[in-house]
Amino acid sequence: MKTFYKKFSEKFIEGLLMLSGTITSLTVVLIVFFLFKEGLGVFDKKPVEEGYVIALSKSNPLKTLSSEQIKNIYDQKITHWSEIGGKPDSIILFRAEDISNFYSDEEIGENFEGLSTCINRLVDSLPDIIAFFPKKYLAKDFKGHELTVDKVSLKEFFGGKEWFPTAQPSAQLGVLPLILGTLWVSFGAILLALPLGLAAAIFMSEIAKDNVRRIMKPLIELLAGIPSVVYGFFGLVIIVPLIQKTFNLPVGETGLAGSIILGIMALPTIITISEDAMRNTPRAMKEASLALGASKWQTIYKVVIPYSISGISAGAILGIGRAIGETMAVLMVTGNAAVIPHSILEPVRTIPATIAAELGEAPNGGLHYQALFALGCILFLITLFINLAVEFISNRKQHNKH
Amino acid sequence: MKMKSKVLIIALSLYTGIGVAQKIKGSDTVLPLSQKEAESYMKANKSAKITVTGGGSGVGLAALVDNSTDIAMSSRKIKMDEKMKLQDAGRAYKETIIAYDALSVIVNPANKVSQLTREQLEGIYTGKIKNWKEVGGDDLQIVVYSRESSSGTYEFFKDHVLNKKNYASSVLNMPATGAIVQSVSQTKGAIGYIGLAYMEKEVKALKVSYDKGKTYIAPSMATAKDRTYPIVRPLYYYYLTTVEKTVKPFVDYILSAEGQKTVEAVGYVPLTK
Repeated sequence: MKTFYKKFSEKFIEGLLMLSGTITSLTVVLIVFFLFKEGLGVFDKKPVEEGYVIALSKSNPLKTLSSEQIKNIYDQKITHWSEIGGKPDSIILFRAEDISNFYSDEEIGENFEGLSTCINRLVDSLPDIIAFFPKKYLAKDFKGHELTVDKVSLKEFFGGKEWFPTAQPSAQLGVLPLILGTLWVSFGAILLALPLGLAAAIFMSEIAKDNVRRIMKPLIELLAGIPSVVYGFFGLVIIVPLIQKTFNLPVGETGLAGSIILGIMALPTIITISEDAMRNTPRAMKEASLALGASKWQTIYKVVIPYSISGISAGAILGIGRAIGETMAVLMVTGNAAVIPHSILEPVRTIPATIAAELGEAPNGGLHYQALFALGCILFLITLFINLAVEFISNRKQHNKH
Repeated sequence: MKMKSKVLIIALSLYTGIGVAQKIKGSDTVLPLSQKEAESYMKANKSAKITVTGGGSGVGLAALVDNSTDIAMSSRKIKMDEKMKLQDAGRAYKETIIAYDALSVIVNPANKVSQLTREQLEGIYTGKIKNWKEVGGDDLQIVVYSRESSSGTYEFFKDHVLNKKNYASSVLNMPATGAIVQSVSQTKGAIGYIGLAYMEKEVKALKVSYDKGKTYIAPSMATAKDRTYPIVRPLYYYYLTTVEKTVKPFVDYILSAEGQKTVEAVGYVPLTK
């Protein structure tokens, strides 16, 4: 009977452990599934807001316009139809709310009963018009023609250079500046943090005396406990003006400021994990190396680091992970201008900062919302790729050793 | 058991007063004002119960459509499609302007330029004007600061100052008004816009002209009050006519002399009678 109970409780605990493992993996899979389901929806949408139409006069030969052309027309960067292959006349812009400039309130009606007729007449009378209005007010006998706008294409999304998700009438969803911004900042952060972190880890595990280490370790761990908003504020008030003065720049909110802040934030992760890995090097191995006549530095370089390389790379991955995904601190110091950066001394906009700043006001399920989820997918793929790459490298190293 | 719950219900209704709790939702700009007004209103009327939540103008108006709020506060006028949604749902609404908010255009105190026309502002924010010497200042690159696109201020500035054109891509977007003040105060060539209530000594407010440079007006409570300062936006309350009876006393309180005093204390511009 006793053995039965023992067996039963063992099985029960086993089951419990398996269950928690399954739940964790399932959650991850579900999150990824949800992310991609929402994110990929963006390619099924048109950049023009749902329920709205853009119409031209019947006599206008143009049948379709790209999202970028529509934006430039409404920004008055394109002012003549000839610039996009039409007649040489200047373009007349019209939005539904401009209707009161053309017709009286009585004609429009209190509840917009007359609006569709008014728009119809207006589009018919002005051959150079481009009109943007709700589909509801498209008259049955509409005398103009509706402009066809293509769905958001992969090329537009990944190759586009402009990020104006709330622009009307046509949203601009070019994520290239955001991806490049994220990579620039993260790359800079890791370039700063990795050598510094490794050096500190080596010092703490191999060179520092015990009492020095006892003070340093908690100090560095304290760095991990500071909220990211505090880092951001510190960056904005101290680092941003410092960078501006040092490099004599017109503006201090740059990718470099983000890199420095993220580098500092990634340091504790890199230091603690690599230090633990180095301290796990068996004493026998180190002593053997020293006994063979190797100097202390040679032992560190030839024995300790190769032995703990997987721990060091794990620290680096987690450090990069934090750098790429960090939001608040970056939002405050990088300036968030969605332009393609040519150097690290220019303002950049990162993917996490964009999601954090914009998701709050993006209408649920709309184009902007889905575009932000698509950005989340891209971020996920970048981190996945980095993880796989590091795993591959450290695996190969281990194979070489044996 | 039944008796007990009845007592409870009676007790609860006594506690909350005759009117049901009013919910106010929407713009984060109007939020501090609504909170202050609700506080002082509840102090005067012990029976009243008002809860105020933020989330943005769009959120408040959407809540009005699906009937999850009594009053929607908004820092912009109701949009065409929101109007139509309300109409589709068969709801008639009322619009009340409760206060005004003036936007100051700010630069670094070291900047020589002290006034700009609307056209020049448009040029700067759309990226056509890139150097301060083009508008009478030093040979210095202009660094343009704006709020994030989720902010109602961003939309208002775009509609009224940029003539509905899009901002240039190179504009720096800051997450909060405080961050704009901080950045402008430490960047020599900077320009930004903030609410009048956020004005600090570390930055300089520009005079603005809306008549192509004939008259330049400095932003202040006085010029905003007499409407000579042009970049002023109304702050709105929207409510359905069906709940007019319950919300009217509170709205009237805000419009009263006492309520308008609170408006000025919070830093917004009171209505002029």
